[in-house]
Order: sequence, then C-alpha cells, then structure tokens
Amino acid sequence: MHASTQQGGGTGHLVNIDAVMQQVAEHKGCGTTGGSGKASCGSSAGQNDLPPEIWEKVKNHPCYSEEAHHHYARMHVAVAPACNIQCNYCNRKYDCANESRPGVVSERLTPEQAARKVLAVASTIPQMTVLGIAGPGDPLANPAKTFKTFELIAQTAPDIKLCLSTNGLALPDYVDEIARYNIDHVTITINMVDPEIGAKIYPWVFWEHKRYTGVEAARLLTERQLRGLEMLTERGILCKVNSVMIPGVNDQHLVEVNRAVKSRGAFLHNIMPLISAPEHGTVFGLTGQRGPTAQELKALQDACEGEMNMMRHCRQCRADAVGLLGEDRSAEFTTEKIMEMEVNYDLEGRKAYQALVEEERVAKVAAKVEELAGLDGADADISLLVAVATKGSGLINEHFGHAKEFQVYELSAKGAKFVGHRRVDLYCQGGYGDEDSLATVIRAINDCHAVFVAKIGGCPKADLTAAGIEPVEQYAHEFIEKSAIAWFKNYLAKVASGAVTHAPRGDAAIRQGALIVAA
Amino acid sequence: MAFKIVASQCTSCSACEAECPNVAISEKGGTFVINPKKCTECIGYFDVPQCVAVCPVDNTCVIDNAYPRYQAAR
Repeated sequence: MHASTQQGGGTGHLVNIDAVMQQVAEHKGCGTTGGSGKASCGSSAGQNDLPPEIWEKVKNHPCYSEEAHHHYARMHVAVAPACNIQCNYCNRKYDCANESRPGVVSERLTPEQAARKVLAVASTIPQMTVLGIAGPGDPLANPAKTFKTFELIAQTAPDIKLCLSTNGLALPDYVDEIARYNIDHVTITINMVDPEIGAKIYPWVFWEHKRYTGVEAARLLTERQLRGLEMLTERGILCKVNSVMIPGVNDQHLVEVNRAVKSRGAFLHNIMPLISAPEHGTVFGLTGQRGPTAQELKALQDACEGEMNMMRHCRQCRADAVGLLGEDRSAEFTTEKIMEMEVNYDLEGRKAYQALVEEERVAKVAAKVEELAGLDGADADISLLVAVATKGSGLINEHFGHAKEFQVYELSAKGAKFVGHRRVDLYCQGGYGDEDSLATVIRAINDCHAVFVAKIGGCPKADLTAAGIEPVEQYAHEFIEKSAIAWFKNYLAKVASGAVTHAPRGDAAIRQGALIVAA
Repeated sequence: MAFKIVASQCTSCSACEAECPNVAISEKGGTFVINPKKCTECIGYFDVPQCVAVCPVDNTCVIDNAYPRYQAAR
C-alpha cells in the first residue's frame, strides 16, 4: 500500500482542468514531442508546462489518449457483476465468448483471482499499463470487490494505473474512496441530461432500497451523475464521459450533454454507436432500434469537437478484455491458465520495455512532423478519409485479409487526423475467395478513398479498385500518419494536374454483430 | 411465504445477495438461492422485497408458495 503512494500524488491537490484539457489537445495532435508539431496544433505548449503527475496520468493511457492507444495495452478484470440500473441497450444474460461489447464477460473473478491475473498479464505483456474495472455490472454497485481488487493490485504492481467505469448512480457516495485508492481516471456513462429522454433509455434504477422508474428514475440518475462528475473533477481526478448515440432518442441531445459535462470539468467525451443486434436480446435490439451510420457518428463527434476533446478510438470492449485496444487476448488468461502460469513481476524489465516504446513513439511523431512540411499550401477544400490496417505501434503492419478492423484517418491541409475505426470480420482465413466477407469490408470502409495495408492479394485488390477504394501497399511497415500525408500530397498533385478528379465518397456501415475471435 | 429465485433465469449477478437484510441469499451451484427459513419478504425492513427490486431479470425472484406468508412479530 505504501508503494501505491508513489504514483498518484496527493489526493487533496487541486488541478487546473483547463490546463489539462489544453495539454490533452496538444497531446492528441502532436504526440509526445510537445511544441514541435506546430503545423497541426493550435498551441505550442508542451508536456513541460504540465504538472508532471497529470502528464503521467494521460500519456500512457490507451483509453484516454488516441496516440497512446497504438503503443500501450489495457486490461479489465470482471470482478463487479451486480448492477444498480437497467439500460435498454444492455442484456446481461447474453454471454458469448465470441462477442465483444460492454457488459459481457466469460468468467467472473474474485479480487484475489483478479490480482493474480493482472500480474500474469503484466508479466507477459510489458506494455500493459492500465487496469480498469468496468463491470460486467457497475463497479460501484460492488464496492467491496472493486476496492479490494484495487488495493491488492496497488500492493503488488504499483506502476499500473487504476481506473474504473461507472454509470454514476452511486458515484457521489464513493468519491472519497476513489481518491483514497489513487484511482487516476474515472469514466462515467452519461447518455442524457434531460430526464424525459432518459426515461426512453433507462427502464429503472435501484437507489436507497427502492426501484424507481420512468422520468423519476432518469432524473435521479442524471442528478447523481453530474454531481459525481463535479466532485471528482474538484478533487483533480480525470474524468472521461461515455455516451451511447441512439438515433432518434438522444442523438441531437448529446450536443447538450457535451456542453453539460464539459462545464463540469470532464476532459474527454467519447460518443459511441449503439450496439443493438436482435440476437443480443436487449430491449433496443428487440424493438429494432438502429445504431448510427459511420457518417452520422462522425458528424455528431465533429459537432461536439469544437466544445472539447472527442475520443474516437473506443472499441467498446468487453469487461474482461486484455491487450491493445482492438485486440482481445483474454482467452490466453483464463483463471485456469493463470493459476498454472509462472508469474515473475519484473518492474525494471517493464520500465525498460516501456522506454523502448517511448523511443518508437517519438520517432513516429518526428516522422509525421517532417512529412507535414510542404502541406501548408494544399487545397483547403479537399478533405478525405483513408483506412489503415495496423497491428499497433503506429505502423501500417497488417495484411488486408488479416485485419479485424481498419483505422480511419481524415486527410486535409491540416494533416492526418484519426477519426475512427471500423470493425470487420476476419476476411481471410487462409485464402482468398470469400466474396461475402470482402463485401462486408468494402461496406465498412466505403467512405474511404484508399486503404493502406502491409500486403494484399490480387483478387481483393481488383474488387477494391472497382469499388473506388485505392489499395495502397507501398508504405508497408512504415508510420501511418507520415505515409498517409505523403500519399495525400501525391493525390493532391494528381488532382492539380488533372490526372485524377476528386469526388466525395458515400456512407459506410458500422458493424453491429459479434466479433469473431480468430481460431 | 418466502421468496425464491428461479434458477433458470438467474444471471448470477449477485446484486440480490448484498441487498438482503436477512442475509438469506447465497450462491449455490452457479446461481443464487434464498434460504426460506431466513426470508421475511423484507417485512419489517423495507416496503418492497429488495431481491425483487434489484434483480435485472423480471419474474426471477418470486413468492414460493410452498411456505406460508411471513408474519411479522407483534
């Protein structure tokens, strides 16, 4: 427990949230090199201007920093099964190993098992820097298990950052406890600030020994959420807000939610698309409530971006996910397997590995900044999307047919900006020829002008080209942003010379079904 | 009577266990069960049975007709 005090700083220390937001904006746009990226950033302030403990909090957190998520991994431990509210997009009965969405786990752990699992994973994956408790219920509806887990992990692995994700109903009651355990980050899911809208999302909440329904339930929830958010930011604990975008229910309203949470000190807003397949058995799944399209989601995120930082790299992962965002290695770390594993927690080895990751990260940012030169005079009217197949480290290093998802970047005179990702089923399972799968991939990236891959077969290449998406192999194993900008400069030159006519592309589908784990 | 949990519907979320004022609920064979000898239907504690109010699956915590209604001591 003494060791845990090293990482968090004093809990009574107040933090200037505006300064943090400024730094995070800087961080998102420019990476770790601070003021060197002026071409893509509004401010030249760097990490040196930030209180060191705050910089430490965000820089290696894959869920809070888009840039960090290429390099660092997180894990969730499923120690919190109980929940205190009911949401129309959640059905806890459905529990399938092939499914990836919040609220779902394959096995539940005791705090002792969870601590063991964290050590096992940290010993195997040295870039695992963050431990979160996100369910499968609500962590604060299981306070004893949640805080016991944090206590055990702080004792044995003091370098791992702790965070939790909550619906916020019980939050005001546990803010002091959260501060006491040096929990760095809290995510609150806030889908509305208007109880009339909330009544369409939440059938009931359970509070102080009573079940509340309808508008009364939603009013109680929103009041407790916003108060909890204020209490956390007053104590300098970083807060992210998650919102589920439900077309026709809260899509327009989320702009108002964005303003409400920003004014209360949230530093990052993550608007996620509703997941509502009928086979999930959720109320929304059964009533046919649709999720947003890629264009609708991006438009809302863009509309909120003027207000505050938007997170676009969320993978809506399971409450027991392990690994980089977009990958899930939880099957390697079942309770049975971790009990047999020889665990050697090598703090120094982890630090050395992470130092190498930092070098890689700095090199990536430097490459991007270098390539940005010469883009200043680019045609300001042309902005387009490209898809990238990557396994991480900020590199174009995934085979088209092996990609489980594509990352999407927006290219414009301002440079390359990460704007989202598209999940696709594994298209290639040993060979080419499955046209239905290829059609799925094309639908998922139909709004992109090009797709950057490490390698691609002849057949899908022809089909992509026919669909108007240029397959780009020439930047294999190079940095994503640098390559995308280089390609974009070339594209602009072709447009200028008349070799290519620039035309906008259509919408794309956000995948709703289950992620099929590779055999 | 006492309440009972319909095992086929129980998600084992454990929410009821912590809410029961009589500590009548425990895990058994992967789901949760109510000890009818301890259950007071929350009479004397709360206006509504807590397991019913917190359970995420409707009609899972139900009256067990095998037992007479609980009578509060006067």
